[in-house]
Amino acid sequence: MNAQVRSAEAGTGAAGPAPFIEFENASITYGKGARAVQALAPTSLKITEGEFMALVGPSGCGKSTILKMVGELLKPSTGYVFVAGREIGANPIRIGMAYQNPTLLPWLNIRDNVMLPLKIVPPFRQAFRAKRKGEFRDRVEALLKQVGLAGFAEKYPYQLSGGMMQRANLCRALVHDPDLLLLDEPFGALDQFTREELWAVMQDLWLSKKLTVMLVTHDLREAAYLASRICVMSARPGRILDDQIVDLPRPRTIDMTFQPDFVELNQKLRAMIVGARGGTGIVSHQPGTA
Amino acid sequence: MERILDTLREKGASTALILGFFVAWELFCLVANISDILLPRPTQIVAALVKFWPAIWPHTYQTLYTTLVGFSIGVAIGLFLGVLIGSSRLAYDTAYPLLVGFSSIPKVAVVPIFVLWYGAGTVPAILTAMIICIFPIVVNVATGIATVEPELEDVMKTLKASKLDILWNVSLPRSMPYFFAALKVAITLAFVGSVVAETVASNRGIGNMMMIASSSFNVPLVFAGLFVLAGLGVTLYVLFSLIEHRVTGWAHRKTDLASP
Ligand SMILES: Nc1ncnc2c1ncn2[C@@H]1O[C@H](COP(=O)(O)OP(=O)(O)OP(=O)(O)O)[C@@H](O)[C@H]1O
Ligand SMILES: [Mg+2]
Repeated sequence: MNAQVRSAEAGTGAAGPAPFIEFENASITYGKGARAVQALAPTSLKITEGEFMALVGPSGCGKSTILKMVGELLKPSTGYVFVAGREIGANPIRIGMAYQNPTLLPWLNIRDNVMLPLKIVPPFRQAFRAKRKGEFRDRVEALLKQVGLAGFAEKYPYQLSGGMMQRANLCRALVHDPDLLLLDEPFGALDQFTREELWAVMQDLWLSKKLTVMLVTHDLREAAYLASRICVMSARPGRILDDQIVDLPRPRTIDMTFQPDFVELNQKLRAMIVGARGGTGIVSHQPGTA
Repeated sequence: MERILDTLREKGASTALILGFFVAWELFCLVANISDILLPRPTQIVAALVKFWPAIWPHTYQTLYTTLVGFSIGVAIGLFLGVLIGSSRLAYDTAYPLLVGFSSIPKVAVVPIFVLWYGAGTVPAILTAMIICIFPIVVNVATGIATVEPELEDVMKTLKASKLDILWNVSLPRSMPYFFAALKVAITLAFVGSVVAETVASNRGIGNMMMIASSSFNVPLVFAGLFVLAGLGVTLYVLFSLIEHRVTGWAHRKTDLASP
């Protein structure tokens, strides 16, 4: 393994702390030859440790692709991706991931589902047998309580509502104390009120654990509520069109999302995405136009 | 006891149908005055079963033995191949055509080859039972493993789970319902395999006994052999259903909701 290693000094000094995640002209092309599709144009991007970064953009622009690269599921076709100073494939950090589809294992109860990463990720893995009934159990219990699932540890996934399953899914992504959390539209399938409730849960988790989060979402209010930084992407092949800090005060509340500065941010983001899609933003239904 | 009665009551309709079938059979033979050389009555068959039991028992044991040994080996091989093929796209694409080719051979047609290799007796019966079991198990297990949700696989991979971790924690448990569905098919097929092999090339086993009985026109004994086979098949099927329900109850829970 001759993975590139970034020297830690490179980022320190005047330029501020070394980036936790760094894309260096990383691009992704799916398929080969005539059927090759460039999903992501060469992209450079730096994410600092502890940031809550939201990625928004038109459908199919490569948001999930970016997450997959950071999660080591995909290697860039060109360029480099560094996580914690090392090229992907060699990074030593712990990652948690949650998709829109909760994918809980139907044969395990909620406790065992949430515990699954502890069975796999070192150093928990080595202690799993000894601690599953004690320390790990308490850890899961505490996490379930934090997301409002206290008392549901013994239940099976089929006994839970969609929103509750998604809470359990979040717990599974967090139980092994990840340094980095990757969320791909985790609240996309939920109703407005459950979603807003989970935003608050997510914000609390982030404020208490201070981990780095990358969130892909289609909901601009969600991005503005949760993120400390929002990147807007262009249509395929995806590029980063806009990168901005959201410095609204924390903890944010739902009421704040209806205030002028919030609404203004939303409209700005919306206009950019509409522009990226190549549309006017005005929905018209004229017969005969394709 | 109470539970058995409960189940009987639950299964009342099907029990009645089975009893009705035998009663109708009995009455039909009596009314139409059918000779027991053509079609013996159920009562005659049961009588033959009791009368010849000491002679039937060793054959029953032999058939059960060859079937179970062949079945066990077949299941082990099937499970192994299924896991192998289901875990890798390449193996799946490479091996599937060959498997389909093998499966489309009528397994009965390979009995003469086994006889050629191993001579008449126990081994061809075991091998036939084995080979007939493999395919349904392979296909089902491979399907179960290959259809793990890609999102779940992504989640496991970001945890840096090894292939073995994924197999053990996700793919294998997930393929259990498929596996048990295949087991129930395979055990029935295994009986077909061993009995056919015994009929063709053995001097022991229910198949062989039925051959001999029919050549001496002891038709009630032939049918008694059928009853024994049906009994064995149903018993094992029920056994596997019970194990299935214990092991893969999670896959059937949705139906439990209706009747708490
Ligand atoms: N495995 C694949 N093979 C070929 N093309 C792919 C594959 N995965 C994604 N693509 C293509 O790459 C592009 C980017 O996909 P990606 O899933 O990253 O989009 P996205 O921004 O997450 O979209 P959405 O918001 O709809 O989830 C899409 O146009 C898609 O067609
Ligand atoms: Mg996506």
